[in-house]
Amino acid sequence: MPNHKVTEVVLLACGSFNPITNMHLRMFELARDHLHDTGQYNVVKGIISPVGDAYKKKGLIEASHRLEMARLATANSDWITVDDWESLQPEWLETAKVVRHHYEELHAEDHNKDDVDTVKHGKKRRIDENHSESSRHQKRKDGPQLMLLCGADVLESFAVPNLWKQEDIAEIVGFYGLVCITRSGSDPYKFIQQSDDLWTHHKNIHVVHEWITNEISATHVRRALRRGHSVRYLVPENVIDYIREQRLYSAESERKNSDIVLAPLQRYTRASSSS
Amino acid sequence: MMVTRRVPLVLLACGSFNPITNQHMRLFELARDHLHGTGQYQVVGGIVSPVSDSYGKQGLALAKHRIAMAKLALQTSSWVTVDEWESQQPDWTETVETMRYHSGRILKELGRKLGTHRDPDGNTPPLSSVSPQLKLLCGADFLNSFKVPGLWLDEHVEEVVGRFGLVCVSRGNLQPERAVHESDLLHRHRHNIFLVKEWVRNETSATEVRRALRRGLSVKYLVPDSVIDYIHQHNLYTEDSERRNEGTLLRPLIKQAQPPGKSLDD
Repeated sequence: MPNHKVTEVVLLACGSFNPITNMHLRMFELARDHLHDTGQYNVVKGIISPVGDAYKKKGLIEASHRLEMARLATANSDWITVDDWESLQPEWLETAKVVRHHYEELHAEDHNKDDVDTVKHGKKRRIDENHSESSRHQKRKDGPQLMLLCGADVLESFAVPNLWKQEDIAEIVGFYGLVCITRSGSDPYKFIQQSDDLWTHHKNIHVVHEWITNEISATHVRRALRRGHSVRYLVPENVIDYIREQRLYSAESERKNSDIVLAPLQRYTRASSSS
Repeated sequence: MMVTRRVPLVLLACGSFNPITNQHMRLFELARDHLHGTGQYQVVGGIVSPVSDSYGKQGLALAKHRIAMAKLALQTSSWVTVDEWESQQPDWTETVETMRYHSGRILKELGRKLGTHRDPDGNTPPLSSVSPQLKLLCGADFLNSFKVPGLWLDEHVEEVVGRFGLVCVSRGNLQPERAVHESDLLHRHRHNIFLVKEWVRNETSATEVRRALRRGLSVKYLVPDSVIDYIHQHNLYTEDSERRNEGTLLRPLIKQAQPPGKSLDD
């Protein structure tokens, strides 16, 4: 009987979710299947954390709407939840800070939470109380490992000047871990290979190949909505109803923030020019 | 004074629907938006017509299940319905026959409705001017199927494309324009072939869905929840089910391998 050391994992996805689409939801399903398949992990929870309005991305509508749509979309999921902490912060927060916050939250409620078994076929497993090889980088002995879930485009955004702080990237990839879903047209392996920093922690970067190519981008969804085209079957029904009722996503909403610089770029450009 | 009215259309999709996916249903939505955008057409209905079991395609689940799943998937659609006629025929039915059947049925239904409507002069408007046109809705890979030897009879392609018309939604890298260009027959009827570009690459093929299901992987958000539940309840799509019809020739290839001159029509 093999001695399984299975680590509990919580997946955290940060992003605009403007609006949430079936593709976002698929990412969670794919990541869970992939991690479970390694035999080393058991994904117990998924968290969607929509970015705050202070991010100032072009076309970003109010967080209250984005939260509500995400809640509607995950209403029938037994493991994916929506968290509003990030969106309630007055200023834009670096992803690393959001990850840290959720990590602390998870370990604070550690002793009270129930084990939610999201594994479809309910295998019996033994949870290793000691350090396992794979979770050595997370200092706490018990409690789930928190991993950042993202598309390959986020991984590649690490290279955009002033968008990320190098120490944040190191922390996310080195201490927590990344689950990266490939989108066609990107080669995450190559990208990791070409960066010394990423390569050092490549064992913490789980690349998940999306064989069923699914490029439902929220940008495309907003475009279709502006033009009065159908987005049925790209976005959950109840989200479509909400968008219609609230009259979200018009040419006007897309122009929001068009003359403003993205918050991280503002912050880091200022910092680098003053140092 | 001439009033240009939009031509009413009904879109018919034939296929295995093994199982039906969000992508299949997207085809209808995309086609409708595109046709409305031309300003000339009004899509008034959509029909999903799953193929009968006698098609003999490998891995084909029983028609009763494929129909049930399609019905579940389309429960919330206000304009697309599932039709069982094709699946109930004793043998595999040529697409052109299915089109003739639906076209006739639509005309008859309209005739019944208009029977009581008369214009000020006491005449009923000519059916041909108001009857919805039936067009075949398909993906770009379907255009390439015309090239497969023995799969289609030339006169059937002529009727499907020439008399009825195609609405073809392009998927991924396939180039429907090229397929039309490379076939003299299709080229001749190019004005009756509507090419709809799907800018969002959404390649949720039923083959991939079945593969994922066989491997116990999630297909949530690719296929409606109600369909997933049905699949699990009936344990469809296993390694065994995928081997069904293995080694068997597709029915059209057998049925249509007749000496020239022999009629295949009733």
